[in-house]
Amino acid sequence: MRLVRTDIRPTVPCKPRDPGWTYTCCLMKTLAATQETAVKRIVAELKHRPGPLLEILHAIQDTLGCVPEAVVAPVAEGLNLSRAEVHGVITFYHHFRRAPAGAHTVSLCQAEACRSMGAVALAEHARRRLGVDFHQTTPDGRFTLEPIYCLGNCACSPAAMIDGRLHGRLTPERFDEIIAAQAKSS
Amino acid sequence: MSTVYVPRDAGAQSLGADEVARAIAAEAKRRALPLTLVRNGSRGHYALEPLVEVVTPAGRVAYGPVTPADVPALFEAGFLEGQAHALAHGLTEEIPWFKGQQRLTFARVGIVDPASVADYIRQGGYAGLTRALAMDGAAVVAAILESGLRGRGGAAFPTGIKWKTVHDAPGGQKYVTCNADEGDSGTFADRMLMEGDPLSLIEGMTIAGIAVGATQGYIYLRAEYPHAHRALNTAIAAAYQAGYLGADVAGSGRRFELEVRLGAGAYICGEETSMLESLEGRRGEVRVRPPLPAIKGLFGRPTIVNNVITLATVPWILAHGAKAYADYGTGKSRGTLPIQLAGNIKNGGLVERAFGLSLRELLYDYGGGSATGRPIRTVQIGGPLGAYVPASQFDVAVDYEALSAIGALLGHGGIVAFDDTVDMARMARYAMEFCALESCGKCTPCRIGSTRGVEVIDQILAGIEGERNLHLLEELCETMVQGSLCGLGGMAPFPVQSALKYFREDFRAPPKQAQ
Repeated sequence: MRLVRTDIRPTVPCKPRDPGWTYTCCLMKTLAATQETAVKRIVAELKHRPGPLLEILHAIQDTLGCVPEAVVAPVAEGLNLSRAEVHGVITFYHHFRRAPAGAHTVSLCQAEACRSMGAVALAEHARRRLGVDFHQTTPDGRFTLEPIYCLGNCACSPAAMIDGRLHGRLTPERFDEIIAAQAKSS
Repeated sequence: MSTVYVPRDAGAQSLGADEVARAIAAEAKRRALPLTLVRNGSRGHYALEPLVEVVTPAGRVAYGPVTPADVPALFEAGFLEGQAHALAHGLTEEIPWFKGQQRLTFARVGIVDPASVADYIRQGGYAGLTRALAMDGAAVVAAILESGLRGRGGAAFPTGIKWKTVHDAPGGQKYVTCNADEGDSGTFADRMLMEGDPLSLIEGMTIAGIAVGATQGYIYLRAEYPHAHRALNTAIAAAYQAGYLGADVAGSGRRFELEVRLGAGAYICGEETSMLESLEGRRGEVRVRPPLPAIKGLFGRPTIVNNVITLATVPWILAHGAKAYADYGTGKSRGTLPIQLAGNIKNGGLVERAFGLSLRELLYDYGGGSATGRPIRTVQIGGPLGAYVPASQFDVAVDYEALSAIGALLGHGGIVAFDDTVDMARMARYAMEFCALESCGKCTPCRIGSTRGVEVIDQILAGIEGERNLHLLEELCETMVQGSLCGLGGMAPFPVQSALKYFREDFRAPPKQAQ
């Protein structure tokens, strides 16, 4: 088992959607020039749509890998909202990350149907296997472990979403196979 | 040329359907056999997924559950002609699990190609819209009223009354919104429908828009459903392409535009006013009613808010008549309900039947008992806000009124089974924990009460002042039920209260193994 170092934040890139960029948004209070350009472009493109803020935040997270503190000001300015309002929306929704995830995101369903089929024990196994708790990233930056509350796969419990791929009837053994395969691929 | 169906449904994919589809395509290529591979929705019998179907002159023949390793042997056995094999189940329609079902809303799910408007029309799609376009709006609303259709999202409010309010509201911009924030554990009917027959939802929303004079529709979809997101976007693009959405719906001169908006992982946004706040780009905090959304909804305009299943049922009602729909069901629960069997159940999946069958029939005749083979101790119906029903009450009929009479609720029709290893004090704690996690924070009973609930249950489990704390927990539940602004805080105590009522021994004994 690996030692858990929760005091160290991952310094690896955000999900590397554009390998040419420097991703330091987890730590930074300011945006890199390319990121600022991207945020301004997203705001300009979407601001005229009805009720655009959630769409803008989704687009930012899809592009930067997270919604860092530093986007609050340009988004607020673009939409003529207060920073408090934008901050309030970002922090209301579980989906928006303030810091980037690891290279692989492992979301384990912890809702009732999955609990009836051993989701709590599976989560315990995943914590041991990855050496991190929920909402944490492994020190090597490879895996982020998250709870999720229902993936709609309740007839095939327990369920998990790993890098956007849904898994059903998951067992600890199968979990280890998937993690080993992902670790090899990155 | 043979036609083979392999589901693209997220649940089937979670069991390896994509790998099976690839293996079938590769094996057919190796054998130089021409093959049309259609990625359909799931038929809903997840014990057989991935369920591969082959078209034969007698009908579709089913094979399942298929793994990629089975594929060469299936070809060897002649499965393209529907020949026998250890995984063969004969004609899909004749499998007992499907045969007794009454699929109206789910009539095409698992059968139709979800991406094809042409196939949708071949399977009876858009007949409802054609009928609706020949009627005036008030007549369409009257038909929905007459059908007895009630909101399938959980609240069971008569759909026709909502529509009539929006229809009668003064003109100007009106909206049709679909609540596809299916966050209740144990429910997946919305997801299956959006992936398996998205055009029926699109048609239902179009009919709603034309009936009440709304030109814009939004589907508010939860972010946890990426497969449904892709399926909806594909189907919406196809409907625009075919002229069934846009400025001139089916050549009628009527406009209806539709788009999908993604939620962002907030359970509370399944509450209708919270969903409207979220659609407007704000924190999903509930609104105080009145005004009702039907009067003052999205962007302050008259708005229909209906669940996926409600809207997807509308085309059937228009195509076959309100009376035909109302002929199904019992008492005030008219029509059919897509019921979802989930959790610790051997044959989980989707069963659509008229209201009124018993819970026992669902759990044992369809469900086949628990997956673990142990006795089913309890089921939770209607999601995380629904009560736990003990085994002694499994003869209750599944309809709104009968469940309400025993202090339970039907909600969205999801049933989660638990075997006798479940620790109900842990499940009660989880109910409070989930409410604390998902509370929007606007009202105190929900925001503070849920956190106090977790603390009190922890004290009980630690053996600290058990009797006094049990009494306190009951009072706390009562306060939340009476004092909360919406259903989250107002109903989160239901599972706790039912656990206390039927499984009080679990709150005293030292905790069993965690569930």
